[in-house]
Amino acid sequence: MLCRSNEPERVMVSLPQDGLVAVVKRDCPTCELTAPVLGELARRAGLTVYTQDDPSFPETVPGPVHDLALDVSHRLKIEIVPTLIRLEAGREIGRTYGWDRGEWERLTGVRGLGDGLPDQRPGCGAKNVEPGIIERLKVRFNETGLKSRRVEIGQDEDEQEAMFGRGWSDGLPLVPPTEERVLRMLDGTARDPQEVIGLVPPALAAATVEKIAINAVMAGCKPEYLPVVLAAVEAVLDEGFAMHGVLATTMFVGPVVIVNGPIRRQIGMNAKGNALGQGNRANAAIGRALQLVIRNIGEGRPQEVDRATLGNPGKLGYCFAEDEEGSCWEPLSVERGVKPGVSAVTVFAGFGLQGVVDQKSRTPESLARSMAESLKAIHSVKLAPSCDALLVVCPEHERTFREAGWSKARLYEELYKLCEIPGEELVAGAKGIAEGGPPSLAGKTVNKFRPGGLMIVRAGGNAGMFSGIIGGWSAGGPRGSIPVTKEVRP
Amino acid sequence: MTVLLDPTSERSPTIRPRLPRPERLDGLTIGLLDIAKARGDVFLDRLDERLQERGIAVKRYKKPTNTRPAPLPLQQQIAGEVNLVIEGLSD
Repeated sequence: MLCRSNEPERVMVSLPQDGLVAVVKRDCPTCELTAPVLGELARRAGLTVYTQDDPSFPETVPGPVHDLALDVSHRLKIEIVPTLIRLEAGREIGRTYGWDRGEWERLTGVRGLGDGLPDQRPGCGAKNVEPGIIERLKVRFNETGLKSRRVEIGQDEDEQEAMFGRGWSDGLPLVPPTEERVLRMLDGTARDPQEVIGLVPPALAAATVEKIAINAVMAGCKPEYLPVVLAAVEAVLDEGFAMHGVLATTMFVGPVVIVNGPIRRQIGMNAKGNALGQGNRANAAIGRALQLVIRNIGEGRPQEVDRATLGNPGKLGYCFAEDEEGSCWEPLSVERGVKPGVSAVTVFAGFGLQGVVDQKSRTPESLARSMAESLKAIHSVKLAPSCDALLVVCPEHERTFREAGWSKARLYEELYKLCEIPGEELVAGAKGIAEGGPPSLAGKTVNKFRPGGLMIVRAGGNAGMFSGIIGGWSAGGPRGSIPVTKEVRP
Repeated sequence: MTVLLDPTSERSPTIRPRLPRPERLDGLTIGLLDIAKARGDVFLDRLDERLQERGIAVKRYKKPTNTRPAPLPLQQQIAGEVNLVIEGLSD
């Protein structure tokens, strides 16, 4: 494997210095329509015809020049076929595209063109600007503008093994980040590829849009996911989230990404059945891309600065969408100050999933008590306040609250009250467990959560009275990590 | 030839770094791999003596032939039994 410099490689394209040039393709009805005109101009006005797909087209022209590699088309920046260009001393002095008799006559100086043809007919898209082709041409002409180091993989070397060997992978195969794929990924955002989104700990290395796009390619993202990935990176790099600590802690946590707003449906995220599980490309790839950014740009790797004792499976990627459409509650992003209808991500330092199984409660009071008992068990029943938590309420549980008219604010309030714990239960040694707080807790009441330390979203399939709790970091809150919400920008 | 874009901070050279060397050998088990070239065993026997004198655990291995890489079962056996490997390369 070698590194190569980014010296421009010249692609030689030879064009006539003077005269008329046309670029056409057979797979274009307007080009077919103008074939007799092209023949006439070739005879009378010295026209050179470049053809993009079929070297024999147009048959009306003796020896059309084929441009199957599309180098000429790219150099001339053709977007529509047919395009007719006049050159003088190697410089372009006029151009028209599609069929327009008046324009063609003006440009060629030949009158009475295209007898029997309609006056105008729009052209077709040129092959050289088709997705997949334009990127290849930009790479060949060294016009990508990409700044990252190039790594050459030997002809007989396996790409996957080469990437594993370099430590780029989270343990699973990666999509090779070729220049073409990264260019296509960057089409997913209007942001400048060299814009720095932030410094990624622990290396505090600059996360440019380009570097993030490379990792998004490897994670399996589509270009349209990139704005969500960028917002998630921006969120974890917010000082309040304390990404360095979230990474370096021996506890289980990693960033959990909750997506709100129209982007969820636009990119096909899953907020319904198995929302927190496998099987949805956007959920999986966005969460994975964020983790790869931390690994590759930030150099945050397990058993190095990542000191997690066990970690959790969500550190491969933990991302899902809130089921806003079915919910009677305002979306998490709106609750956190984002305007309704605006897409946003919220990141939470969380881990795993603890089920709240309750198939019998039919009143909000009973269900809230049930949830509170589960919430009080996070980390240890002997620890309070212990951490922040994200309660993912399933539709059948949310229905119970909806039918009783409980707003989300009401549920927060009731759960907070229900999570008050008598200090006696928390004292070290109580319940025969050495873990716990000082004897001075006795006689007091302690809440499991700091005020505002609980977040509620709705997600999941329509069947099943199974909500979930995503636990947090013991350093939840302003002294450690707080959830951060960022709008998704195009 | 495939060209990939480097996803990292580019603070490391593109050439794959060696694994870090252990700071000390105490408490480690060392494998001595004879690649089956002439007189390699002489070198390894002497290393064996010197390491044993220092109380360091040593395990000996031998490739069936110097003309091919070690068979996978042998590679896996070594990886499972020792912390580092020394092999003699010359005749």
